[in-house]
Formats: sequence, C-alpha cells, structure tokens
Amino acid sequence: MLCATFMDGKARMQPPLGLPMTLNAPNPHRLPSTVAREDEHLLVAAAKGGDTRAFEELVNRYEAKIFRLTMNITRNREDAEDAMQDAFLKSYAHLKDFQEDSRFYTWLVRIAANEALMRLRKRRPNQFSLDEPVEGDDDLMPRELEDWGPSPEQRFAQTEMHEILSEVIDKLEPDFRVVFVLRDVEELSTEETAKVVGISVPAVKSRLLRARLKLRQKLNRYFRKGVAN
Amino acid sequence: MNCKGVIREISDYIDGDLDLSVRQELERHLEHCEDCKMVVDQTRLTVDIFCDSKPIELPSDVKSRLHDALRRKLQETGN
Repeated sequence: MLCATFMDGKARMQPPLGLPMTLNAPNPHRLPSTVAREDEHLLVAAAKGGDTRAFEELVNRYEAKIFRLTMNITRNREDAEDAMQDAFLKSYAHLKDFQEDSRFYTWLVRIAANEALMRLRKRRPNQFSLDEPVEGDDDLMPRELEDWGPSPEQRFAQTEMHEILSEVIDKLEPDFRVVFVLRDVEELSTEETAKVVGISVPAVKSRLLRARLKLRQKLNRYFRKGVAN
Repeated sequence: MNCKGVIREISDYIDGDLDLSVRQELERHLEHCEDCKMVVDQTRLTVDIFCDSKPIELPSDVKSRLHDALRRKLQETGN
C-alpha cells in the first residue's frame, strides 16, 4: 500500500469554500520549492570538499521526500527504492559537476525524477507518452459538482487523508500523474517539468490542467458534504 | 467568457499566470456562476492539499538499504 509514503495531512489556512476567495486575489500557487534550508549550500560545499558527513546529512534531510517522489512517479515500491538509491548515488558521483545555479534539492529532484521515469517507462511502456495530448476541451468539463463544505482537510484524520490522497493519485494516469507530482508536489517550474519529462511547455500545461481537474473529480467522492468520515 | 473558457484557464488562474484582461474577464464570470466558482475553489484546494503534503518517515528497511549502499559507494571512492 502506497499510503505509507504520502503526507501528514497538514494544510495551509484556507478561507471556507463559500467565501469569495477567488474574487479577491489570484492567490498564486507558490513557487519555487521552499524545502531547502538556508544551510544547504554550506553542506553542499563541504560535501564537494570531501566531507562525507555533510553528504550524509543531505541524504538524511531529503531521503523521505525523494522516496515520496519516486513512489509517486512509479507507484511501485521496488522501483521507487531503486530509483531513490540510484539518485543519491549518482548525485554523489556527480556532485563536482553541480554548478549551484539551482538548489541542490532541485538538482536532486531532477535526477530522482529521471531515474523514476526510466523505470516507469520500462515497466509500463504503453502507459506513458511523450506525445502531445490529442483530447479536445470537451473532456475537461467537470461532471460532478457538489459542495465540499468548510475545510474538508480538517474533517479527516492525518492517516485517513494520507490514504485518500494516495488512492486518488494512484488512479491518475501516468501521463498526468508525473506532471502533477513534479509541478504541484515537488514545485518544479513548468519549464523544469518540461525538461525533466521531455515534453513541451504547452504539453506540461495541458497535462497539469487535466491532472488537477481529474484529481478534483476524484476527491469529490471523499470530500463532498455529508460523506461520513 | 463562458464556463468552458473558465475551465480551460483554471490552471493559469490558480497559478496567477493569466494576463490581467483575461483574469478580469474570468472573475466577472465567477461573480455570477456558482458552479464555476465551486470548481475553481475546489481545484485550488486540491492543489494546496497535495502541495502541502509532507512525506512521512522513510520505512526503516528502505532507509537501512539506502545507507548501506551509500557506505559502499563512499568506501569504493576511498572516503
């Protein structure tokens, strides 16, 4: 069961859904990632200089997030573990090539995502496509519209929310899931996501839109008002 | 802008990537369309819930194998 790798259910403060949040400000989704602590560059510099403890600290700091990423992409525990291990080993082997023009964590995410994608493509060659989407707009229109009530994220216990998110993302097609995970969970930019996945920026945007709408639809089953939790 | 237009732009709207004129047009639609407003709010919440998710601790067996592999790598490279 993949839910063991997901989340703790913490959610940012949100206005109740009934309030006119959307009309006041766009409230942009935050980018870039805020995961890295301020001392990351010091650890990277020390690791580059041969301090293995510094590298181990970087591993300790990011191993859970990298495992979540590889799990979310591959949805296979064995592949996820292999991808994570190879990502850390490769990052160590190529640490001297890291130019520090981005954060170490972002660089690590790119390596791990590539490792995970390679395994996903190998295991499911027909389920992951580099092609542009052929669907029109008709498939986008939401089918189920029901009030979720105030703060659905507070209605569920941490473990329960964990399982819900794991279940809905597991059911998302790989094309959409990969883009959503890189862009919305790992907070890569649209351009970085396009580069990692090997598709165009418009294709990332198209898949992200569909992923978000599909996830909303799937969450509706759990979050709609009146559903017992 | 009609409902279909809102759905097409919803991602860029949530990310704050829409041109001002398109954003204003979309928000004018939201003022009188409860359904679209609900979809926008729920889609934004969907993104936020996943975005705010935190990984739980790495399973101990997975962690142990990772650190064993790292130690071997460090020994190979003479550290």
